Amino acid sequence: MLELTPLEREALGLSLTVAFWSVLASLPLGLATAWLLARREFYGKALLNGLVHLPLVVPPVVVGYLLLLLFGRRGPLGAWLYDAFGVTVAFTWKGAALAAAVMAFPLMVRAMRLSLEAVDRRLEAAARTLGAPRFEVFLTVTLPLMSPGILAGTILAFARSLGEFGATITFVSNIPGETRTLPLALYSLTQTPDGEAGALRLTAIAVALAFASLAASEVLARRIRRHIGV
Amino acid sequence: MLEVSARKRLAAFDLDMSFSCESAGVIAVFGRSGAGKTTLVNMLAGLLRPDSGRIAVGGRTLFDSASGVDVPPERRRLGYVFQEGRLFPHLTVRGNLGYGLKRAPPDERRINLEHIVDLLGLEALLARRPHDLSGGEKQRVALGRALLANPRLLLMDEPLAALDQQRKAEVLPFIEQLRDDLGIPIVYVSHAMEEVIRLADTLVLVSDGRTVAVGAVDELTSRLDLRPLTGRYEAGAVIEARVVRHDEEFELSELAFPGGTLRVPGLDLAPGADLRIRIRARDVALALEPPKDISILNVFPGEVRDIGAEPGAQVDILLDLGGTALWARITARSRQDLGLTVGSRVYALVKAVAIDRHALGRSAGRPRFLSRPG
Repeated sequence: MLELTPLEREALGLSLTVAFWSVLASLPLGLATAWLLARREFYGKALLNGLVHLPLVVPPVVVGYLLLLLFGRRGPLGAWLYDAFGVTVAFTWKGAALAAAVMAFPLMVRAMRLSLEAVDRRLEAAARTLGAPRFEVFLTVTLPLMSPGILAGTILAFARSLGEFGATITFVSNIPGETRTLPLALYSLTQTPDGEAGALRLTAIAVALAFASLAASEVLARRIRRHIGV
Repeated sequence: MLEVSARKRLAAFDLDMSFSCESAGVIAVFGRSGAGKTTLVNMLAGLLRPDSGRIAVGGRTLFDSASGVDVPPERRRLGYVFQEGRLFPHLTVRGNLGYGLKRAPPDERRINLEHIVDLLGLEALLARRPHDLSGGEKQRVALGRALLANPRLLLMDEPLAALDQQRKAEVLPFIEQLRDDLGIPIVYVSHAMEEVIRLADTLVLVSDGRTVAVGAVDELTSRLDLRPLTGRYEAGAVIEARVVRHDEEFELSELAFPGGTLRVPGLDLAPGADLRIRIRARDVALALEPPKDISILNVFPGEVRDIGAEPGAQVDILLDLGGTALWARITARSRQDLGLTVGSRVYALVKAVAIDRHALGRSAGRPRFLSRPG
């Protein structure tokens, strides 16, 4: 009963891989975007803000289709990636990670931005009078103080990536062993005549995974809060 | 030298400050809330950029709009103690103290951690976090942190304003001590005259974004025309004096100043110690003849130098006691009865107990006696 079937193991492993890479790749970009939105005034800021939040409000299928248009073998970015690096993202697990990253991006940026806005800028000014240049201040004061938000954003994005379905199936299809993540496998099982038991097991796995990541984030958050003393 | 000329357009007013003074001892920037004191200090620190002007400390230009110089705060090497401490909450006290020290150029590290921990009594706090500290402890750590960056000048923006009377009394002696021991010039922003009197040598008077006057503390506080800014209620003269001897029998201490010898209730200071005392105008009475059979111990002959022109029941009389300025506040009626005019010979009666213990400050350097007030 507790033994995972090969199909389950494959879907679970794939989901974790996809979510891991999606979060890892979008972390620096998310941080930079949060910083731009929280700290900088520039022309087109509203546009950037809208673009970042787009995946939150349009149907995931739309995002998936747009990704397909852009990153398909013949899409402008897809063709460039293939010609320059020999990398194909459409219909591969990398594409699944990209889809998950795009869908999770607004959640990650939002959490980071809020925590960055909560950082007391007077502390940064104090650090500069103590001899630290701007970037050092960011590393030694800003970043530690916003770490709860970074953690929250990361966990949210990770959970969102694990559950990504619509954009993924549109962009990279449902290929066993390549792009069939846990939600996609679950969807497939619900479409097969006697897949009910398997679907239930996958549901249980998904719930357990969600709880585990929530618990992990709670423990981490508490440790960070104690460490930074807020 | 501390040279400042800075203009900045602000929401509330246009700031236009210009002064220069010797960058030594404690330079107090005094003025009401909203006069532009913090703005001035932020411009010194490089946290706020003037629209135009020039700022130089000890001959080093930190800002000059004409030649496009604007040294960033981290390279100005000015320490800054903020009103609210601004300790880093994610670091321990030790981490906070080390933050500036680590970044100070090695060949300029004259002050080390042990020195500061010792001077400010921080040993027991080192492993603690800022949120576990009391207000007074926080300010002491903030002070230590700024000093450990080994600054060439220390800026203090009302470091005691957020503290209650008891905490103030806990931190003030430390500030006096570092003034005397470390030899780092301090720019001390305050709107509390008693702190200024106790700590400062030079006073920069600020009002509505302008520097109104710059000079020695005792000189400016005895100037009649500045009275609206230095405060009428606390009007008084600052006198530098030296402990001569102690009268064990009556527990009195004798303090010498050029106008004579003051007898005050026993002080816990060794003979020879210099100190600064403040005699409030309302604690000085006047007589035309040396009084006899009177309880007041301190009677000094002097001459009327100036008479305040402010309307009301009371007038302030500026006296010259052998070169020392002293203020007396008497009623307008007494003034008329005694027929006081500039040049009148009088006797100033100072109640021994009227010497404000709270305002007793150790003198920073050589006593500076006034030759002529105003």
